[in-house]
Amino acid sequence: MSTFQSTIYQPVIGLEIHAQLQTDSKIFASDAVRFGREANTLISPISLGHPGTLPFLNKRVVEYAIKMGIAIGSDINEWQYFDRKNYFYPDLPKGYQITQDKTPICIGGKIKVKLKSEEKFISFHHIHLEEDAGKSMHEGDNPFSFIDYNRAGTPLIEMVTDPTLHSSEEAFALVSEVRKLVRYLGICDGNMEEGSLRADVNISLRPIGTEKLGTKVEIKNMNSIRNIQRAIEFECTRQAAMIDAGETIIQETRTFDAHTGKTSSMRVKETMNDYRYFPEPDLAPLHISQEWINEVRASMPLLPWEQEQELVDQFGLPAYDAHFLADSKEMALYFKEAANFTKAYKALSNWLMGPVKSHMNESLLHIQDFEISPKNLAEIVDLVELGSITHNLAAHQLFPLCLQERSKSPKQLVDENGWALVDNNDELNNFVQEVIQAFPDKVKEYHKGKKGLIALFIGEVMKKSKGKADPKLVNQLVQEALAQ
Amino acid sequence: MKVNKEDVIKIAHLARLELKEEKIQDMQDSINKVLDWMEALNAVDTSSVEPLVHMTPAINHFRDDQAKAMLDRQHALNLGPDTNESYFKVPQVIE
Repeated sequence: MSTFQSTIYQPVIGLEIHAQLQTDSKIFASDAVRFGREANTLISPISLGHPGTLPFLNKRVVEYAIKMGIAIGSDINEWQYFDRKNYFYPDLPKGYQITQDKTPICIGGKIKVKLKSEEKFISFHHIHLEEDAGKSMHEGDNPFSFIDYNRAGTPLIEMVTDPTLHSSEEAFALVSEVRKLVRYLGICDGNMEEGSLRADVNISLRPIGTEKLGTKVEIKNMNSIRNIQRAIEFECTRQAAMIDAGETIIQETRTFDAHTGKTSSMRVKETMNDYRYFPEPDLAPLHISQEWINEVRASMPLLPWEQEQELVDQFGLPAYDAHFLADSKEMALYFKEAANFTKAYKALSNWLMGPVKSHMNESLLHIQDFEISPKNLAEIVDLVELGSITHNLAAHQLFPLCLQERSKSPKQLVDENGWALVDNNDELNNFVQEVIQAFPDKVKEYHKGKKGLIALFIGEVMKKSKGKADPKLVNQLVQEALAQ
Repeated sequence: MKVNKEDVIKIAHLARLELKEEKIQDMQDSINKVLDWMEALNAVDTSSVEPLVHMTPAINHFRDDQAKAMLDRQHALNLGPDTNESYFKVPQVIE
């Protein structure tokens, strides 16, 4: 994918990131929140907007939003009320969405992202609570649309950034960080394909060096972080070409097509946007006390960047390793659990970043499903570190066997297969002497300066040891023997 | 504050009300009468009064996060104007 680069225009990008909260029930009703159930089986008179029903706020939704606010350093609004956003659309049965317009739950906040050339804080305008809508399905020429209200009333937080992003790379990095964060906090599963995490992108171009914002276009319907990046690239190029051609950019909503990589205008019949927000009379105001905030703060898990720092401080890992391991909470936990059983922390990290990661990628597993227990992986690491087996053998024979023979410890498997290295110097020295005597000509050549022949001697000794000698040790012994 | 003819047409559209041409003037007069009546409130100095958003002093009316019995699908669909065996049907919304 090409990256939009221009000496004339600067993209100005703002994101609205919606996260479905992982609660048991909906935000204003007790219908279950589940993905992938049969249409219209998770519904109630409240979520269908039947007359006379009243919304009833789920306390956990508020707690989860406070968690997110604390995590990114927002101010939590002490007094809040909900607002009605009025519009007619069939997936919104009440004719209005309950949201927060005037008094969002969190104000401000920022998240640090790592870019190729720098680190940057991206600031948030606010986070507000709202309810998700149902789903409409349209099929080709069918004159009807079909509505499933299972999703209606699913709790959402909408995280709105300031319009301070300037590239698709920044947007990619930000959504990745948000996804990592909501997963660490356990407030959202971050699954973009299932729509648990969604982002709308507002994007405009302006001449470099100017302040005034251009006309913005909103892009919807991107179901992966990669597609958010692609949509921004396409849109920057499209808008730049339009401005160059003297055309006027109209404020509109566009949809992204993952197959073509293009955005296109959404032609929705209703175009007049006048939401007539007003305070929701059916819900009591919210008061969030300092005590409540403190309680939530006390229940917070380690955050990704805190986890990263802990791995550096406590285990002396390089920043790169810490960043890799802290990418998921489960990976970090796995490392910390395994670190109870070995002191070779860096070697353990190498195992997780190398063979374990490759295995996860090939088998499409998450670390939670990894077949080898932290204790057993630590044992493999120690077997190598203490010189009982070579790394090569550990990675190519012991590791695959451990994946299958889960009831046996790595040590048992090494014993059963007779893999333990010959670490008896006398026995090895005997092999060395045998080899030197078997190749008198080569020894002469070696002494004349053909030092590369050492590989031959080492190889022969390794053969005699059936691969169970530590090559480093053999190297040392052969050199010593030849020097005599 | 006064509403004009365009305001009335817009309000009717937002409320999805079909308003006959000859009714617009009536409606405009009627809305303006209500607004005139509300004007009386503007005579009161409210600069030191906090906005009243709710009529009751209740705050933090919460429910515990627990999923409970839901509405039977067939029953719910029967209450809809047009449905098939699992969905509510509406005239197509995307052009």
